[in-house]
Amino acid sequence: MTAVAEHPTTPVAEAAPAPVPEHEHEQKPRDILIICYSGELEKTWATMILASTGAAMGAKVRIFLTFWGLQVFVKDQKRITGDNVMQKMMSFMQRPGISHRKLSKMNFFGMGPWMMRKLAKQYNVASPMELLAVAQEMGVELMPCQMTMDMFGLKREDMIDGLGEPVGAATVISLLQGGDAPLFI
Amino acid sequence: MSTEQIAQIVDAKGLSCPMPIVKTAQAAKGLASGQLLEVLATDPGSTKDFTAWAKATGNELVEQTVEGGVYRFVLRKK
Repeated sequence: MTAVAEHPTTPVAEAAPAPVPEHEHEQKPRDILIICYSGELEKTWATMILASTGAAMGAKVRIFLTFWGLQVFVKDQKRITGDNVMQKMMSFMQRPGISHRKLSKMNFFGMGPWMMRKLAKQYNVASPMELLAVAQEMGVELMPCQMTMDMFGLKREDMIDGLGEPVGAATVISLLQGGDAPLFI
Repeated sequence: MSTEQIAQIVDAKGLSCPMPIVKTAQAAKGLASGQLLEVLATDPGSTKDFTAWAKATGNELVEQTVEGGVYRFVLRKK
């Protein structure tokens, strides 16, 4: 009894949040959700590096492919996609496929990307395509956006193998609400 | 340490981020719990990266040395 009287602050100290024990940090890492929105070479590269590394770190990684980001996952050999003239023109103006990405800056009619690829090879940096293969092998989930598929007139046979079922924004929001670490690229 | 057998060696020399980590993760998948994995890398960023990888995945970074620009990591599979 006397001990309690001598420490009147004890109940307050107990009410404060307990420090997180060290082992709590070693629990299953958060899932990662990358919203792949952009289609430029440097951003595609960033997406692929982070996705493959996330999977290597033991995290579940999902990539939502939308707008220009979805164009990256059209088969490389596809030249023109879409049903109507405008959709076809869009694919003509910006060729889809992971090997045909342009830089957002310093593109210089393809000289920028050519130099980037040359430097990457010289410094043994894996290409976006190599990283995509690794990511898929390590279980990274690719979720195409249904709305973008419709708007660009893209069909399943236009897309690379291994894509999941097309989904919508509600799936993205629900994953974020569930605590996925978000990356908008 | 030296008495224990290394089960597998990953040669990631010359490779840039993120391939040393990716190759290590892929190799670790094939190992049994407690087995040792040796990784050789020349990417200076790998010192921090391998510490982070071990922490995130729960595998143990048993040994870490650098010699002549080659980083050597010995990891124990969780």
